[in-house]
Amino acid sequence: MSERRHAFASVRATARLIAVKDLRIERRGRVLTNQVLPFALIVMVMFAFALDSDAVLERVAPGLVWLATLFSTLFVIARSFAVEGSDGALDQLRTSGAPSAGIFLGKALALMVQLLVLVVVLVVAAVVLYRADLSWQGGVLLVTTAVAATGGLAAVGTLYGGLSAGAKGRETLLPLLVLPVVAPVLIGATRATESAFGTNGIAVGEGWPWLGLLAVFAVLFGVTGAIAFGSLLDE
Amino acid sequence: MDDLGFILGSYIVTFGSIALYVASVVKRSRRAGRVVSREQRPWT
Amino acid sequence: MTPTSERNVTGTSFTRGLGIVTVLGIGLLIVLGLFVSPADVNQGESVRIMYAHVPGAWLAYLAFIVTGVSSAAYLWNRTRSLTWDRIAGASAEVGVLFMGISLVTGSLWGRITWGTYWTWDARLTTTAFLFVTYVGYLAVRGLGGSHHQRARRSAVLALLAVLEIPLVHFSVRLWNTLHQEASVAGRGTDVTMDGLMLFSLFLGVIVFTLMYVWLVLHRQRALALQDMVEDFGLDAALAARRAEEVV
Repeated sequence: MSERRHAFASVRATARLIAVKDLRIERRGRVLTNQVLPFALIVMVMFAFALDSDAVLERVAPGLVWLATLFSTLFVIARSFAVEGSDGALDQLRTSGAPSAGIFLGKALALMVQLLVLVVVLVVAAVVLYRADLSWQGGVLLVTTAVAATGGLAAVGTLYGGLSAGAKGRETLLPLLVLPVVAPVLIGATRATESAFGTNGIAVGEGWPWLGLLAVFAVLFGVTGAIAFGSLLDE
Repeated sequence: MDDLGFILGSYIVTFGSIALYVASVVKRSRRAGRVVSREQRPWT
Repeated sequence: MTPTSERNVTGTSFTRGLGIVTVLGIGLLIVLGLFVSPADVNQGESVRIMYAHVPGAWLAYLAFIVTGVSSAAYLWNRTRSLTWDRIAGASAEVGVLFMGISLVTGSLWGRITWGTYWTWDARLTTTAFLFVTYVGYLAVRGLGGSHHQRARRSAVLALLAVLEIPLVHFSVRLWNTLHQEASVAGRGTDVTMDGLMLFSLFLGVIVFTLMYVWLVLHRQRALALQDMVEDFGLDAALAARRAEEVV
């Protein structure tokens, strides 16, 4: 019993170490703030050029927020594993004896924090650029949605990022692997955000069932990732 | 008749692409077969 | 070494017999499907596409199931036999081929029957996702690394697909029912079928099954050969390096 508790504590400690390490690297490198966020914003502006109508933009704003998030997520995932790939850091982690579930959860957590920042900026952009409305109730739904959706995205991203880490041509492969898998997140998060914005007069209450889908997705891939990550790491 | 082209087309697509795939498998296995002698193949 | 002009590398007497039966079956299927069987009451002549489309789609699903099962066999088996990995890879390749064909023939059929190439029906959309997922799977198999590295990566990916596909299907269905009125699926697919039509469909399933087995057997052996060639290449390079050191 105490052995199991010890293993659990070790996973948690590893996860915290890895998450703090990744976020510190991000704070020093500023790839998210200096490259990914500007990219996401320019995508939002480009959408406005392409759709060219205030009414249409207001209607599709929730979908555009999450599309921009997905595209930017791909860069954040690539960055998260490029960091490990250099200097053979992933090999060292692998041989350090740290529990792989901890490594997975740590990297996913760091990814999730970065994605949350991204979503917040994009939602603000949608309110400013696309005139999306956000009520107090909608805000609660939106925050919960963002947490569940980024959790799912981070789990999938870490799993597939780890899968293709260190392989040649992974930059182009990652979108092909990740995008089909995260389609449920795009669907669920877009519908929930539609309710939160009140797009087309959809009530806030209609968004909560979609949150269930997002939560199930995040938990499923979180658990699977924690289990499967080890077999991807050990060589 | 317009439908005829679609129907014939679907049969051509089906068996044509399978034939192309067979050709590619045969080509690849022949190339590999030059290096691996008959005795080393587990199925012979 | 073997003569370079060798023609039948991956065949045995079994696969040769199977191949002959399959080719005969394909001929019979084309004759039955295109000429002998009658036109459908609802679908008209377009029902002829079904004899190639439906078996292709079914066998593609079967192929992906085989990939999943043999991937699990590779991961669980203590011996970690690469044969399981090669069967998974060969089956996925044939599955992608069959599914690609089915998507094309299906949209041709849809154009005739529904008047549109594509509809956002849950089954169709899930099938498209399945296709893309296994294209990605094949790309991961081509990433390089050692054979066991390839096997482990792709096996995990194949098992993840088992998790992914129901989620995608469920969410698309949820999305679809809220955003579209009646789905087109079901319309035009009449259950009561003429005896000859049913037989043609049945023959199609048999022919595609035979084709599947033939293709997977050959592809799996070709993969084994390719793996051996890579191993030999490595051995040759090591030998050359050792010879250098001695000098």
